Amino acid sequence: MKKPPVLAGAAERGLSPFRGRRAAHLLPQARLGGPMPWVIAIMVALTVLAAGGGLALANLADRARGELAGSATVQIVDPDPQSRSQQADAAATLLVQDPAVAGLAIVPPESVADLLEPWLGTDDPEQAVPLPALIDLRLRDGADAATLDRLRSLLADAAPAARIDAQAQWLAPVLDALSALGWMAFGLIGLLAFTSAAAVWLAARNALGGNRDTIEIVHLLGGSDAQIARIFQRSILADAVIGGALGLVIGMAAVWLMGAQFAALDSGLVSSGGLQGSDWLVLALVPVGAVALAVLTARFTVLASLRKML
Amino acid sequence: MSVAEQEIVSFDNVGLRYGTDREILSNVSFTLFPGRFYFLTGASGAGKTSLLRLLYLAQRPSRGAIRMFGTDVITLPRERLPAYRRRMGVVFQDFRLVDHLSAFDNVALPLRVSGVREADLQGPVADMLEWVGLAHRADARPATLSGGEQQRVAIARAVIGRPDMLVADEPTGNVDPEMALKLIRLFEALNRLGTTVVVATHDVHLLSKVPDSLIMRLDKGVLSDPTGALRYPPRRIGAGE
Repeated sequence: MKKPPVLAGAAERGLSPFRGRRAAHLLPQARLGGPMPWVIAIMVALTVLAAGGGLALANLADRARGELAGSATVQIVDPDPQSRSQQADAAATLLVQDPAVAGLAIVPPESVADLLEPWLGTDDPEQAVPLPALIDLRLRDGADAATLDRLRSLLADAAPAARIDAQAQWLAPVLDALSALGWMAFGLIGLLAFTSAAAVWLAARNALGGNRDTIEIVHLLGGSDAQIARIFQRSILADAVIGGALGLVIGMAAVWLMGAQFAALDSGLVSSGGLQGSDWLVLALVPVGAVALAVLTARFTVLASLRKML
Repeated sequence: MSVAEQEIVSFDNVGLRYGTDREILSNVSFTLFPGRFYFLTGASGAGKTSLLRLLYLAQRPSRGAIRMFGTDVITLPRERLPAYRRRMGVVFQDFRLVDHLSAFDNVALPLRVSGVREADLQGPVADMLEWVGLAHRADARPATLSGGEQQRVAIARAVIGRPDMLVADEPTGNVDPEMALKLIRLFEALNRLGTTVVVATHDVHLLSKVPDSLIMRLDKGVLSDPTGALRYPPRRIGAGE
């Protein structure tokens, strides 16, 4: 009988990895399933949206805090317009000489009337209710409680009807609410990541179950867990890249549209600097994170399942 | 060379049971040596397949010790088992070909698992298919092959990597006597190249077809030694007591 053929150089018996398309073809159903790119796309789009919202809210809150940190308002609440005007002038004179004050502006009564017009109508509001005189104050080192107390003492004699409040104090509940919304957005991202990982985990387990016979044969022929896991990783990588790219486009478009809507309200996410260049970069990295999460989840799922086989 | 260095496999008081059932294999002890041709025989249900599963590392025993290629494979971490499996070729009783791969790709599978480059495996796989008479069916899927053809693909897959040991479970069970003899001749040819061959069969007529073969017999999970195959030095069929 003819001698059996001998493989030139003999088969390597190391643990070289499967490579190329041939390895992927070993498990035809290793593709984790038709819907997987769409699931990943939806998750990435929602994550981009949540991250965009969270970053915009965080920026908005930070910027507002920065702007309000050194601002205070002096109100002269006196029903007598003449006394009120005199006290406002006296307060302004004293305050402008104080070293803690970087600048001030007496808000013209017309501006105060304009501000209150939506509530008090176009008639002379002064006839309806006495309006306070307002002084917009900018402080050098922030509107901390000690500075404000000292300024109150300073005005106590010359303008007894003066009340000084830090502007940040008025908006503190709003800023806290913005921060809470920002944290909620990041919490949502965590939940989306968890859900994505769970979806990949389920799909990987199903794919493993569907290919159990082939995997067992590959094992018995000397295939290692890492080699088999690599086939699944390769599959999920393709699905995740497609889904991630699609999700990024959808998510970015949604964030941009929302920004444009807010910009039209003149308090937007984009035009007023809600999202900066670095924020857009962070959003662009979301699919990269999603791909890494999907690949690692698939790897750990497959390795954990294979460990139950000899 | 010492006995320990020469032996390729040794089983020592190995027992196997599933759950709390009675033992399928009891106190199995034997030693296999390089370059020998062994038949493992016994009636259906005697435990041949279970013993072979232990041999090709598809299963761990319930008790006892197994050494392969000089290593205790019972305590070996599972991540090191693939390297030992690659030293063996296995012909499964039910062939276990991968349905969606062609005959060529099935035969190439062990080489791809071992990381052999595509350019390096094309020729040997084609030669191997020619050797088993299936060069013309290289692109055929297993479902379109006859039982005998599938068996030959399974054998080609088992021997393509030139294993140190070939384990075949009823390799002639689905073929006619003429093809059975041809397959045995294939194993003999491989054995002459230095591969240890273990063939499980219940066909007693095959046992005399390989003159230098050694016989192990399983009966209800207990191994007997009609030719002295399990003792060292092993005695050949026809050799004087």
